[in-house]
Amino acid sequence: MEKRVTFRGWLLPLALIAPQVLISAVFFFYPAGQAIWQSLFIPDPFGLKSQFVGLGNFEFLLSDKFYRASFLTTAFFSILVTLCSMIPALFLAVLADRLIKGSGVYRTMLIWPYAVAPAVAGVLWLFMFNTRVGVVSWYLGQLGYDWNHVLNGGEAMGLVVVASAWGRISYNFLFFFAALQSVPRSVIEAAAIDGAHFWRRFFGIVLPLITPTAFFLLVVNIVYAFFETFGVIHTITAGGPQQSTTILVYKVFSDGFVGQDLGSSSAQSVILLIVVGLLTVIQFKYVEKRVHY
Amino acid sequence: MKKHLFGLAAVSTMLTPIAASAQTEVQFWHAFTGRLGELVAAQVDEFNASQSDYKVVQSHKGNYSETLNAGIAAFRAQEQPHILMVFEVGTATMMSAGGAIVPVYEVMAESGATFDPDAYIGSVKGYYTTTDGDMLSLPFNSSTPVLWVNRDAFEAAGVDPDMDLSTWENVGGALDALKAGGEDCPLVTAWQSWIHLENFSAYHDVPFASKDNGFAGLDTELMLNGPAQVAHLSAMQEWAKDGKFIYTGRRNEGGANFRSGECALFTESSAGYAGINAEAEFDFEVRPLPYWKAVTAEPQNTIIGGASLWVMAGHDSDEYKGVGEFLSFLSTSDVQAAWHQNTGYLPITAEAGDATRASGFYDENPGTDIAVIQMTAKQPTANSKGLRLGSFDQIRGIIDEELEAIWSGDKTAQQAMDSAKERGDALLRRFESANR
Repeated sequence: MEKRVTFRGWLLPLALIAPQVLISAVFFFYPAGQAIWQSLFIPDPFGLKSQFVGLGNFEFLLSDKFYRASFLTTAFFSILVTLCSMIPALFLAVLADRLIKGSGVYRTMLIWPYAVAPAVAGVLWLFMFNTRVGVVSWYLGQLGYDWNHVLNGGEAMGLVVVASAWGRISYNFLFFFAALQSVPRSVIEAAAIDGAHFWRRFFGIVLPLITPTAFFLLVVNIVYAFFETFGVIHTITAGGPQQSTTILVYKVFSDGFVGQDLGSSSAQSVILLIVVGLLTVIQFKYVEKRVHY
Repeated sequence: MKKHLFGLAAVSTMLTPIAASAQTEVQFWHAFTGRLGELVAAQVDEFNASQSDYKVVQSHKGNYSETLNAGIAAFRAQEQPHILMVFEVGTATMMSAGGAIVPVYEVMAESGATFDPDAYIGSVKGYYTTTDGDMLSLPFNSSTPVLWVNRDAFEAAGVDPDMDLSTWENVGGALDALKAGGEDCPLVTAWQSWIHLENFSAYHDVPFASKDNGFAGLDTELMLNGPAQVAHLSAMQEWAKDGKFIYTGRRNEGGANFRSGECALFTESSAGYAGINAEAEFDFEVRPLPYWKAVTAEPQNTIIGGASLWVMAGHDSDEYKGVGEFLSFLSTSDVQAAWHQNTGYLPITAEAGDATRASGFYDENPGTDIAVIQMTAKQPTANSKGLRLGSFDQIRGIIDEELEAIWSGDKTAQQAMDSAKERGDALLRRFESANR
């Protein structure tokens, strides 16, 4: 049976939702509306004059085969970043959860990378993998592997994925750890008495019970990979080589803030808005059905 | 007593606005940090100390791109500085922004400051001058690419470091010998598009883009897929394949490899001097940028990279007077000669170059005049005056991508440059329609 609270009159409910509406209007609807409006023009950088081009910016973008390819690059990148940041985080959380002594120390240490800003993380990884002076690439060279992410697209992708996922593991770890703590011990103990071994208990009981957290993290991580990784990409590869690491949001950033092409940049953010909207709908429609609350 | 106090207060309130208006402030935004930042600050302090009417306030706004962005954002918010440093790549963007800038020749004419356009070195000012000869921005820091030689690496590989490296044909021979002698990094470069395409084209007097490299109109198209450029890039591709040319990145990443003594030859800006001189623990030398004997009997001039100072619109006329005085001060021979000698950047006036020569600086620091000679030996042609292309920062990005495809062997030089032309032209057309 559903409970419904009804207000008498409309002033109070209106006042209650007003702050949220105001914030959404100022920080979301207004900028989004501006982006849509600007995407119809080719303005000059100084805002002195602009040419109305209708859907010209979209036509220009969609006829660019590198732009079309960057959809695939983005999908690939986002899936990899999400997997690479969630699976290790879950693994570490399970291990930390089983610790009897010193779990506080591990927890603190595992959270540290989250405090590092993406651009700084990018520079750190870049130093380690620098093709000539990097520590890791030097060891790889000793093993006979010639590391060169400057020319090799696959290696460049691997590097930006690892650098983006690294700091994120901490964040995911925190949530998984909290979720694991909330799994009722009695259920696990009952299963143990029934003779279920650790991994059986994990997949049969623990994992289904933490799916709400996992689903939340899935959404948040995909959004992270879509929007917040350009600092890492900017410092490590600048989208190269040959645009193999140019994801959609990085192109928005570089066309708008490096190339001063605000028309194209706005059109791209409109496209991005649509893509993310669709993704969220898909996630809630299909993935959420498998979540047990 | 009370009356007395009141009088004092009145006097002091009267004095304050006078003291403030006595000095007109001039805001100057630049992109220099570290040693270069200190040198800029010193120039500004010297100017402020030399007179009492104007006060120049300098502030650092990030790297070149960030400084330009800060200037653009400030203009949109109507809080623009008087003087903005813009790198050479942003020249076309600034030129097209008619209502946002005041051309330097106008500022100078109106302010009445000393200004002789003919005093500036042609190939330096040419980049920032209209086809009618009007100077739009004041060249500030300009450099040109040269060939840096690690003499110890040559000797270690059993190659004569005094050999002739003036042509790419000879450099090719040297690379073979260096590789055979056990050198792992015979050649490395910085700023690949600037050196191996933009300067390469000017140096061999072939067009980089139509319409006099964009000087004569916005309806310009890239011509970087010509036979001379393709031949050069094909040779470099061969060298890359054989491990004789090592690619390290789009910017000046290769500098670290050269300064550590790892590489034998390095094509880099003349302004690399300060860093190399400070860090290199080997015997190094500067040579002119090589040219292909097969393409030209003798090379044209190279073009510049660096930045110039643009005057932004929307300020009072007495403030522009101060701007004029400051720009005039920056162009004086003493300031320029000191700047040139401290940084390795080119002097912007011929007089400053002569003063440096007369002071014996070139004799004490051999090779520091190579860049000046390379720039000034010949009158610039339509192909070697410079480049004026819209969205050029992005086009350089495209060129970098295509060059990477050449070095990795994914594309032939012809394929890559054809593709660079096609993609670059699309951006030029967009820029054209934005500034119609």
